[in-house]
Amino acid sequence: MQRKKTTRTRATRKTAARRAPFATAALLGLGLLATGGAYTGIDAAISTPTAHAATIDDASKVAEGKALFNANCATCHGMDAVGTENGPSLIGVGAASVDFQVGTGRMPMQSQSPQAPKKPVQFTDEQIDQMAAYVASLAPGPAIPDEQYLQADGDAAHGAELFRINCAMCHNVAAAGGALTQGKFAPELQTVEPVHLYEAMITGPQNMPVFNDANLTPQDKADIITAIRWQTEVSDGVAGYGLGSIGPVSEGLFVWVFGIGGAIAMAIWITSRPS
Amino acid sequence: MAEDEHGGELRTATSSERTVSRGTALLPTDGFQNPGLPEHRPRVTDTDPRAAKRVERFIIFLFWLSFAATVFTVAAYFIWPIDREDITSVRANNMFLGLGIALSMMTIGIGAVMWSKYLMKDHEMVESRHKTEGSPATRARAVEVFQQANEESGFGRRTLLRNSLIGAVLALPIPGIVLFRDLYNGNNPAPVDLLHETMWDEGVRLVRDPIGTPIKASDVTIGSVFHVIPDGLIDLEHHMLEEKAKAVVLLMRLPEERLKEEEHRKSWSYNGIVAYSKVCTHVGCPVALYEQQTHHLLCPCHQSQFDVTEHCKVIFGPAGRPLPQLPITVDGEGYLVAQSDFLEPVGPSFWERKHDYNV
Repeated sequence: MQRKKTTRTRATRKTAARRAPFATAALLGLGLLATGGAYTGIDAAISTPTAHAATIDDASKVAEGKALFNANCATCHGMDAVGTENGPSLIGVGAASVDFQVGTGRMPMQSQSPQAPKKPVQFTDEQIDQMAAYVASLAPGPAIPDEQYLQADGDAAHGAELFRINCAMCHNVAAAGGALTQGKFAPELQTVEPVHLYEAMITGPQNMPVFNDANLTPQDKADIITAIRWQTEVSDGVAGYGLGSIGPVSEGLFVWVFGIGGAIAMAIWITSRPS
Repeated sequence: MAEDEHGGELRTATSSERTVSRGTALLPTDGFQNPGLPEHRPRVTDTDPRAAKRVERFIIFLFWLSFAATVFTVAAYFIWPIDREDITSVRANNMFLGLGIALSMMTIGIGAVMWSKYLMKDHEMVESRHKTEGSPATRARAVEVFQQANEESGFGRRTLLRNSLIGAVLALPIPGIVLFRDLYNGNNPAPVDLLHETMWDEGVRLVRDPIGTPIKASDVTIGSVFHVIPDGLIDLEHHMLEEKAKAVVLLMRLPEERLKEEEHRKSWSYNGIVAYSKVCTHVGCPVALYEQQTHHLLCPCHQSQFDVTEHCKVIFGPAGRPLPQLPITVDGEGYLVAQSDFLEPVGPSFWERKHDYNV
């Protein structure tokens, strides 16, 4: 009897041990389901009222933007965006400027350096929208461009000519970017969103000059965007590898390393003594 | 000393056989000994017939691969044709044709080298070089031929005839000199004079490059840069590019308090709008990289930097003098116009310019 009981206990334990992996998986699944569900719920709870508010009340958007601004931007740009020693005044820079600087992650700037680099975006689209609305409410400035100019369906040939005359000297003829003075640089434009291309032209971020609508009309800007898109997306498949599109430097390096290197390897093989 | 088949003297043999002037050099007593040929070492393919067979099979494979690649190249021409409507089709066409030709030639080359390296008879051998001069008999015969030719033609006797021929031959290049005389720079207008005159003149409107529309002063907002050509340039039928290369101008608007202008040049700008020649004073590249916060202009070729706030003086790089400023003002309708031509030649600093201006 005693002996039998021991056997049974061992058997029970054995069964429990065998069941354990399934139990763990089930528990994990349950946990994930619960967490995911909760997140979806919270997400919905957060986004619905915001989207709702955006449609009904512009003033509350500005107020939200002001709060965000004072918490995140005022250290450098001053309360009421009037500027300090560490950052310029934002009166009159417009919504386009905020959308470009914050939307590409350039602002908030991580450190004082010659140029604000592009980095992961730190705010949601709603928050960027709110801050843009706040800055735009301070004084009139360039607005976020109209969708119709961002479709990249303009005249690519005309855009390419304008790009060559106005942009290529800094951004490289293939829009691959280039160096400026003292650590500043003109970034590559091949992967930049059309809306940010447009906003950069009208606001002149960092050291880039401004190309206002009297200089390049909105249609000219749409053509330039078309040319950049066409050049990087359509014609990218025409030739071989672009080697970074930075011209004779990268191509020359490739030939020196791989072309001449291959020729040397061949010469060594041909003249070596066979074993 | 050994002689070759033409009776010439053999040069190889060994170095000790040559007689060389000692000059002032010290004669080394322990001279370098000719080590002779290295010991013959058989290859794997010489000793192991299976290895030789393996290599042979591999080379046969390479040659057949080459043949297959050639067939592939011809097929690729039809499989990936260039479609005029689709520019990206060029890529596949070029790539597969190139790969096919490269593979077919490469495998023949590698196979041929492998054949000679691993399978052909392997033995060391010395090939003698002989002097390039002919044997004494050959040289004597050559002199004889020349003497005979001179005698029979009368070249040495009929001196007037001979000299006329020499004169006629010497005159032959003269047409060449006449035809190509324009390459001589002295016939062209002096470069300084060419660069002194541009299309800018009093009242000529500043227009946008490339569309040619005039620019209102109010269009130029602070931080803006306009690429400018003179009005009428794009209508030129001849020498349009020459004129454009001299007349291109960069128009910028700075906050007025940032401009440090000399007294007599204060009237050359308008409400903080300044216009400077885009042609670098170093070797003439277009200087158009404008940093709107530092107000520096940068030349991408040799990194000359100009400070727009101080009449584009050179602050870095090889440029020899400031960029020439175009005096501007507005006309009755508010459009920007030039007050005159540039007051100094645009473009690179020639040595001829030393006396002209404060170069």
